[in-house]
Amino acid sequence: MSKIIDGLYYSESHEFVKVEGDFGYVGITDYAQHELGNVVYVDMPEVDDEVEAGEDFGAVESVKAASDLVSPVSGTVVEVNEALEDEPGLINKDAFENWIIKVELSDKGELENLMDAAAYKAFIGE
Amino acid sequence: MARRTRTMNNTFYGKLIFELSKEGRKGYSLPENKLAEYKLADLPDALKRQEAPCLPEVDEMTVVRHYTNMSNNNFGVDTGFYPLGSCTMKYNPKINEQMCNLPEFTHLHPLQGEETIQGALAVYYNLQRSLAELSGLKEFTLNPYAGAHGELTGLMVMRSYHLDNGNPNRVKVIIPDSAHGTNPASAAVCGLEVVVVKSRPDGTVDVEDLKPLLDENIAGMMMTNPNTLGIFEHNIAEIAKLVHEAGGLMYYDGANLNPMLGKCRPGDLGFDIMHINLHKTFSTPHGGGGPGSGPVGVREGLEKFLPNPRVSREEVADDIYWYFMEDCEDSLGSISGFLGNFGVMMRAYAYILTLGKDEIKNVGPLAVLNANYVKESLKYYYELPLDGVCKHEFVFDGLKDKSTGVTTLDVAKRLLDYGFHAPTIYFPLLFHEAMMIEPPENESKETLDEFIEVMKKIAIEAKENPELVKSAPHNTPVRRLDDTKAALKQIVTYRELLSVDEL
Repeated sequence: MSKIIDGLYYSESHEFVKVEGDFGYVGITDYAQHELGNVVYVDMPEVDDEVEAGEDFGAVESVKAASDLVSPVSGTVVEVNEALEDEPGLINKDAFENWIIKVELSDKGELENLMDAAAYKAFIGE
Repeated sequence: MARRTRTMNNTFYGKLIFELSKEGRKGYSLPENKLAEYKLADLPDALKRQEAPCLPEVDEMTVVRHYTNMSNNNFGVDTGFYPLGSCTMKYNPKINEQMCNLPEFTHLHPLQGEETIQGALAVYYNLQRSLAELSGLKEFTLNPYAGAHGELTGLMVMRSYHLDNGNPNRVKVIIPDSAHGTNPASAAVCGLEVVVVKSRPDGTVDVEDLKPLLDENIAGMMMTNPNTLGIFEHNIAEIAKLVHEAGGLMYYDGANLNPMLGKCRPGDLGFDIMHINLHKTFSTPHGGGGPGSGPVGVREGLEKFLPNPRVSREEVADDIYWYFMEDCEDSLGSISGFLGNFGVMMRAYAYILTLGKDEIKNVGPLAVLNANYVKESLKYYYELPLDGVCKHEFVFDGLKDKSTGVTTLDVAKRLLDYGFHAPTIYFPLLFHEAMMIEPPENESKETLDEFIEVMKKIAIEAKENPELVKSAPHNTPVRRLDDTKAALKQIVTYRELLSVDEL
């Protein structure tokens, strides 16, 4: 049974957004990390890069597969989680704690297109 | 229990070759030095090595024993069945090797004049014609070095076609979500944009999902048929019609051509461009272990875009003369040195001629029969998400009984204990515990029965003694590897190994 946190926004491609003010922390869900298996590399954008909702912003490589990271929101990257460069396995330890990028949201209205915890729980069939 | 013993392997000679090194020992004797008047001191400093190379010092017998022991640790298509035959490589008949090792071919040099390499040009031309006939397309180039290179070449043909028609905006390539990963990769390398079309619950392309994607920016659509789930895309005629009406071209990924041989031709299904992986369908060695080859075929009207050089023939009196065609100015250019990997073409041509026009028609039907036989025999033990007749391959979604905690990875590892190679696992990505099985046409019923029996046995072991399966393999030279650590801490040379304190 995967961990799902109330109050976060979820995408169909298994990314989450945790909103704090005008910023959103984006990462992959616990369900996603479990499906991927041990993560061995996270390809991240750079600070000041623009991300767009529905577009790729990087990739996660595990021993099983490489998966694109699809941004659930649009905006400017203000921070990347550098700890993942040395220790990508942190995502397996706690996917929600170890977000991948922090985005300054350009359109908070986009959050309405995402799922809440209950909808995501139903989506993954748990 | 273990059908394959490893006791024949010598542990001493099985060490790393560097560990067998003894200072001053050598396995050669040099001939008389005819260049004795040249002195090392005369060499400029910049050309002199600053430190000795790190090379093992061993005698010939040690070298032979070491590598023979190493080869015994390997699993190959010459030692046993592997259930991913037409995906990775089917058995390579030895006559292929004999043909490509004929000195008349091995002693050729690519810069020789064409009148002295008539035989080689004839092989190139005839193989090209054979592939064209088998796939229902107008013309082939054999120049690409491998399947993925062929994909790139094919997409460059697609791009050239649209540029030639004054449509530089046609850059979007539609690819099903079940596609091989090389499809989007090739499109990206070609500078094209990837648009994903969803699959229906039965694993085939969702035509309704496709329709809104077809606009004036579409370059074409890439498809594998049968798809990566082994299901024939029965809507292919409608899909091809829709893509063509939108001005796009249809690209056929030849990865699953094997079951089509003798039954169905991509050209007749409406495809305009395709590549063939010679190792999957025409019994050549797999590119990962040596040179590969990825011929590309096109329908009439697209041949002028094919890469240079191309080979043609003309009849002179009672004889035939093969020649390099003059470079075509519409060609996308050259994508390889000379004509590509000629030795691989020789093997594929030998395979086609050995089977002949009548026998080759049995390849597809027999591969399909074998796959369905294995599928039906095992579907009460393993989860079959898509029931019904498959083509040359099918996908199980792990064990039927999920309560044991035994995963697809565990089953794959346990198969090694019984002397079988593991199938493709965790692909396609549409299922969580995917296990893709494809026995090619040349495996006997006895071999398939043995495989089925072992697969059943593993399913029973998973119930009765799950730990045994979870901790497999037990009988292989190395046990389960830490693939996470291997990916994170890559040590690929002996020098690197020496510099590591602990593994």
